[in-house]
Amino acid sequence: MGKNTEKVAEEAAKIKKINSVIRVDGAHLEHLLAEDAAKIIENLSESYKVILAAHSWFSRNFLPRVGALLNVSLITDVLKIEKNNIYTRAIYAGNVYAKIQSKDHIQLLTIHTSLFEPCSRDGGDAKIIINDAPPAMNLTTWKSEKINKSDRPALIDAKVVISGGRSLGSEENFNKVLSPLVDKIGAALGATRAAVDAGYAPNEIQVGQTGVVVAPDLYIAVGVSGANQHIYGMKDSRVVVAINNDPDATIFQFADYGLVADLFEAIPEINNLI
Amino acid sequence: MKILVATKRVQDYNVKVRPKSDGSDVDIDGIKMGINPFDENALEEALRIKEKIQSTEISVVSIGDSKNQDVLRHGLAMGADRAILINTESPLQPLGVAKVLKGLVEKEKPDLILLGKLALDSDAGQTGQMLAGLLNYPQGTFVSKIEINNNKLTITREIDGGTNVLEMNLPAVLTADLRLNEPRFVKLPNLMMARKKKIEEIKSSDLATDTQTNQEILEVTIPPSRKAGIKVKSVKELLDKLKDQEGIKL
Repeated sequence: MGKNTEKVAEEAAKIKKINSVIRVDGAHLEHLLAEDAAKIIENLSESYKVILAAHSWFSRNFLPRVGALLNVSLITDVLKIEKNNIYTRAIYAGNVYAKIQSKDHIQLLTIHTSLFEPCSRDGGDAKIIINDAPPAMNLTTWKSEKINKSDRPALIDAKVVISGGRSLGSEENFNKVLSPLVDKIGAALGATRAAVDAGYAPNEIQVGQTGVVVAPDLYIAVGVSGANQHIYGMKDSRVVVAINNDPDATIFQFADYGLVADLFEAIPEINNLI
Repeated sequence: MKILVATKRVQDYNVKVRPKSDGSDVDIDGIKMGINPFDENALEEALRIKEKIQSTEISVVSIGDSKNQDVLRHGLAMGADRAILINTESPLQPLGVAKVLKGLVEKEKPDLILLGKLALDSDAGQTGQMLAGLLNYPQGTFVSKIEINNNKLTITREIDGGTNVLEMNLPAVLTADLRLNEPRFVKLPNLMMARKKKIEEIKSSDLATDTQTNQEILEVTIPPSRKAGIKVKSVKELLDKLKDQEGIKL
């Protein structure tokens, strides 16, 4: 769905095992709005038993609306798919997992991408079908957009993520202490919700249940206490390092390597030694 | 201007919820409950709109049973004009909630419907979008800024990697992000006064039928957790361990 979707459709057609790629193209879809996206998927839904998307702000915006139009429930952020339409997902801020069975006639899902293997991007030869876009819904108007440009890798696919918590103490410290190390390693910078709420870091880099969920090779939590909702966002990382001056901080219970130290000394020291 | 704020009663933010011993559901007996934090941001924003547009009437609604009165009284204490309790016999899921709220919207005809972007218990994040879809209203999700001018809304909202700005006419449905505002502190005298205020009650079946869900919880379990590893004594030891044990060279 979008404007000038030719190239992305061609790319998608090369993915192995894909039968067909449906292109819905229109000038009014340049900045795809939830109302239009939902209408397009509703129109296509009749031929499908499963409709799924990656769990992202994009899908979270319009797929619930699709559910309402189709009178089916949406199961968000699926961690595991089993037979007979049984799914595992986290509830209560990640404190518990629920196994849910859906009896809806269409399975509408968003999946927790870091727990699923990506498909091969070549070897396929799907046919590309061009569908007419339904007329614009004209319920909302797109005005502008601000993408936070950064030379750093995106949180979602960075190999190393370094996250700062409220112990950094200020926006200035947050950047002054963490940026040199982040840039030297080529890591992505993350933040806890406490740090975001305190104004030290922008919300876009928030790691946690209410932010981005990451699963890098190495996760370094700096001055992070270890609130449930933060743990949920990083617990699938391969190796977790925690640096905190409070030996009783919860984060140490989730870290492979804990260093009880003053972050203002430890981080520059790491930077010097590597 | 009429604003409807939908609120959910959920576990307190700091409570660690566990499964029941038979694994059939979560065990929420006796734990601290209150208004869903995102819904509190939604209500706070309604109050700020009222400070600018004085003829505004704010109704706060919650779906559940008599226990939900605490959430509604909290809403009244914050400054809502009316409180509506929608009684249900069994708990509803997002689509059912959206259908019930649609019934209420058709009855009350609010200009603006505000909700939290997700609830801390089910973490579904769907009700607002579903309600907008059922009503064929414009929707604004994960909203961090709202401006109203001549019945036109300009909102800033979260997208992947940044934010965008949308414009829409009222009536509309918006879901609040925590960044939208800092909810006011409820003063004790206000809470005392809210205790005396009337809470209107409606049966959910009077607003919508067909609210049953097609989803069944089969099992609730404790997630596999990370185990605590070791404590290292120095930065050097940390870097050595990463290199030797994990094959990570920084």
